[in-house]
Amino acid sequence: MDAIIQVRNLSKSFGTNAVLQDINVDIQPSEVVVVIGPSGSGKSTFLRCLNLLEQPNGGEIVINGQSLMDKKTSITEIRSEVGMVFQQFNLFPHKRVIDNITLAPILVRKWPEEKARAKAMELLDKVGLAEKAEAYPPSLSGGQAQRVAIARALAMEPKIMLFDEPTSALDPEMVGEVLAVMQQLAREGMTMVVVTHEMGFAREVGDRVLFMEQGYVVEEGPPAEVFGSPKQERTRAFLSKVL
Amino acid sequence: MLGGFNFDIIGEYLPLLLKGALLTIGISVASIFLGSLLGLVVGFGKMSRRWFLHYPAVCYVNFFRGTPLYVQILMVHFGLVYAVLGRTNSIVAAITALSLNSAAYSAEIYRAGIQSIDKGQTEAAHSLGMNQSQTMRHIILPQAIKRMIPAFGNEFITLLKDSSLIAIVAAPEIMYWANAMNGQYMRIWEPYLTAALIYFILTYSLNRLLVYIERKV
Repeated sequence: MDAIIQVRNLSKSFGTNAVLQDINVDIQPSEVVVVIGPSGSGKSTFLRCLNLLEQPNGGEIVINGQSLMDKKTSITEIRSEVGMVFQQFNLFPHKRVIDNITLAPILVRKWPEEKARAKAMELLDKVGLAEKAEAYPPSLSGGQAQRVAIARALAMEPKIMLFDEPTSALDPEMVGEVLAVMQQLAREGMTMVVVTHEMGFAREVGDRVLFMEQGYVVEEGPPAEVFGSPKQERTRAFLSKVL
Repeated sequence: MLGGFNFDIIGEYLPLLLKGALLTIGISVASIFLGSLLGLVVGFGKMSRRWFLHYPAVCYVNFFRGTPLYVQILMVHFGLVYAVLGRTNSIVAAITALSLNSAAYSAEIYRAGIQSIDKGQTEAAHSLGMNQSQTMRHIILPQAIKRMIPAFGNEFITLLKDSSLIAIVAAPEIMYWANAMNGQYMRIWEPYLTAALIYFILTYSLNRLLVYIERKV
């Protein structure tokens, strides 16, 4: 099968500070790839390059057969196929939950409002928050807000979902409800790239783990291998600190 | 000094002062409207990454914030308006000078309001496939405008009071008539206290209106 995400020799620097160096990754449809590593290792930057929230300095990214570096490729079109969930949720505080979810399908996909609403209610039901449809985001708990953010991204019917430390800003007792939604999504065959510090999730849900440090992918493999018998000294050092 | 406060001359001038107040209101409303519109253009120019939009906007703001409104009014009245219309017109000059001046301050209010919105909002909108203008219109502006209202309230009240400066080009607004009254009767408190009271009533009403709007939004 052809990879849905192909990353070749990707590099990115902020000024003289190289944050990504020579990244090569292929991700298959329905694969769940978990990216781990110390902070500042370039995990989030890597993820943000995949929907061009960061502009790479070199290399190539091909998503769904379209190169992101090709000037003819429509960035907004790529982004509508790639959902993203942020650490800080980034819900739109001035819009009700339901409108947070329906806005992009109506504006970008040009769906009629009834269709967008029906889809939104279906998704809210799926993340267990149908009763919050009319609420405003500031009234939600962190766990609820993040589940709405996931529903909002899914409303665009993306082929790929990117998660940027989705549970890092949550109180511990709310981490589970968000991970459960993500786990269900993985089971349904969504292609996912997840940056996280939740090693339990990486082990249970991930098909593959990438360990990054100082801008490089130092080690990759199935979770059982990376966690069970890491090949690299640096991976071992990191895991001994977090497990 | 207050001895023999002469209410008769106030009575005599009151119709003129009230007519002047109407002109003050008209000029202020027009200048607030035009200044806010022009300020939007200048503000976006200042935020632009394109140098040919950015630098003119920066110069504009620096010039109109960095020179006295008094000087600007004289230049607009005897220079700009005369050059364009071929004759002077104090009301056109008043609205033009106040609008140009207010636009510089409004531009900064827009810029500060827009840049105060967390960049995560823009990123979330972009990640959903929204383009720049959809993001601005549906996500950034509705939140930013709410934060701009108190600053705009200050700006509008300042503009209303600054409109008193246009008496120097003989636009027959409140201060023009107060000065006339002072000239005719050589009295200080009657004309200027009355003018102050009228300005206070206007700014206070505007303030109440803004508080109401702020609560509504």
